[in-house]
Amino acid sequence: MKKLKYALFTGCTAKQSTPEQMMSTLAVARKLDIELIELTEASCCGASHLQDYDDFLSLVLNARNIAYAEKHGLTMVTICNTCQLNTAMTKHRLDKNAELKAKVNEKLAEVGLEYKGTSNVIHFLYAIIDDFGLDKIKEMVVRPLSQFNIAPFYGCHNIRPSELHDESHKNKENPYNPTSLDDLIIACGGKNVDYEEKNKCCGFHVELQAPHTAAVLTGNAIAGATDNNADMMVTPCPLCHLKLDTQTKHASEAIGRDVSLPVLHMQQMVGLALGCTPAELGLKHHVTEVNFI
Amino acid sequence: MSTNTITTQKVNFKVFRFNADEDYLPYYENYTMDITSEEVVLDVLNRIKWDHDGSFSYRRSCRHGICGACAIKVNGRSTLACKESMTTMIEYFGNDITLEPLSTKRAIKDMIIDKADFWEKHAAVTPYLVADIDECPSCENLVSPHDAEELNEADLCIQCGACHYACPVVEINSDFFGPAAFAAAYRFESDIRDNDTGRLTNVNEEKQGVWDCVKCFECAEVCPKDINPIEKITKLHQMAFKKGVAKNNVATRHAVGFLHSIKKHGLLDEGGLVLYSEGPSIVKHIPVALQMFKKGKIVMPWNMPKSDNLDEIQKLIKSSSTVKF
Ligand code: SF4
Ligand code: SF4
Ligand code: SF4
Ligand code: FES
Repeated sequence: MKKLKYALFTGCTAKQSTPEQMMSTLAVARKLDIELIELTEASCCGASHLQDYDDFLSLVLNARNIAYAEKHGLTMVTICNTCQLNTAMTKHRLDKNAELKAKVNEKLAEVGLEYKGTSNVIHFLYAIIDDFGLDKIKEMVVRPLSQFNIAPFYGCHNIRPSELHDESHKNKENPYNPTSLDDLIIACGGKNVDYEEKNKCCGFHVELQAPHTAAVLTGNAIAGATDNNADMMVTPCPLCHLKLDTQTKHASEAIGRDVSLPVLHMQQMVGLALGCTPAELGLKHHVTEVNFI
Repeated sequence: MSTNTITTQKVNFKVFRFNADEDYLPYYENYTMDITSEEVVLDVLNRIKWDHDGSFSYRRSCRHGICGACAIKVNGRSTLACKESMTTMIEYFGNDITLEPLSTKRAIKDMIIDKADFWEKHAAVTPYLVADIDECPSCENLVSPHDAEELNEADLCIQCGACHYACPVVEINSDFFGPAAFAAAYRFESDIRDNDTGRLTNVNEEKQGVWDCVKCFECAEVCPKDINPIEKITKLHQMAFKKGVAKNNVATRHAVGFLHSIKKHGLLDEGGLVLYSEGPSIVKHIPVALQMFKKGKIVMPWNMPKSDNLDEIQKLIKSSSTVKF
């Protein structure tokens, strides 16, 4: 197989509150011999909030990020569900609407850039599952996670709206019965846990303005995983990770029950199975201790 | 040319049963049926009633996806029974299918629920045209095709409630208007003939309004009419800023804060955003922030990473901004 190569859009959390997400992404890419060219010029995607304020500006900034991936002639990979949603949504709207695309390009031309629509945008989860291949990952596992019940937490923005995501990856994910993370858990030798909240929202986006709603959603998710005997949770979204990992106190108060589980980034789980060290994967950066290593 | 052959397969149904007048608790009844590839979910409901139990109750009227009466949940997914093909459901969920009302806690009899909260929220957003209409007009009140497009098909909503009872916030916050009410608000707010002055402010109030939406896209996924309520919610946010009714509160500052951060760093300054949004209330975040700091999860202001070519980003913000707050 030809060596896989992508343009990496890190997003903002990877550079701040979830350093472990960045570390584990790079560690897994090294193990799988995937080349990642970091888009250091990229700006924040607006996290689905900037567009509430200024839709056009949000389109221009996201189109600029994609334009840099296009310059490399590479598919863009994201490592955050919300980055994926915002970037893919921008791509979708510009590719479907020539007039809008022209308007955006008029602005980008001021800084010598152009959005063409030539680069696909996929989450790293689907890059390793679809492009690299689950079977190959399975063959490379040196430390199967066989003692563990692992609860997948998919995160809204990777699975909904499904029409949008179906455009960017081959393995069509059913938002009501998603399987990609479950398959990945099994490939890593773990036991996948089925529970009602696995495709539900963690509440991240209203943490400041509606803290109670946000905390109940987080609490319900951890409780659902716990009640189905999960030893840990795993997620492809750093925002979900922040909620599930750092907000257990508020979540417990909101649902009237103490809940707390170690939560791995999808990359950390794969990294562990492939034999990366806890230090390479940044396991010490979790608020809820990863206590099973 | 391919001919459509009708196939049949066995499906096990687990069906929610409850009669508020008689039963203390709901229970589930099991039925196994041969389902053909031509049937929709409503056919199954009919067959349960006709072939198994005449007391089985559900709402339906038009059988054409128009009246909005027949929405129920299939394996937890809200669906319009008369429109949803059983083949798709089997593809999604396999041969074990659970049929439940849209909201089990609002069940009156089997699939029939009390939709009072849905209609209350709908009524609360002024879901009608507010306009000074000449009662004896001499010609038609025409709306140009271009202006009609502004509605973005929000007028096609059939009030089935599928999105409302799929929305996680409706379940937690009883003040929240919910996706269908927001779509209705947008339908009239975007109508050029409308000159109501309170609706937009009303749907932008904290707790009940659009700012409490968690952006989960459940409503967009579920809507049988492709109304895409979250898209309408986003437009209501934007309208509030454009028309100058957005209040200065934690929610609006949170949206605007992104702009300030991006202008300064290209990337989001997480701590800066929380500070800008919360103001003095930031103190309530200190305990968690301290825990995060100990784990190396907080970057100090003087170490904030910046995007390369930041000048480009700043230039684009200057030339492409369309809103002021
Ligand atoms: S699950 Fe929560 S944090 Fe993750 S993408 Fe969805 S809304 Fe955002
Ligand atoms: S996107 Fe908002 S309105 Fe729609 S279901 Fe989710 S929380 Fe409810
Ligand atoms: S928006 Fe769609 S799902 Fe919601 S009530 Fe209207 S038709 Fe039903
Ligand atoms: S019976 Fe009228 S919408 Fe289904």
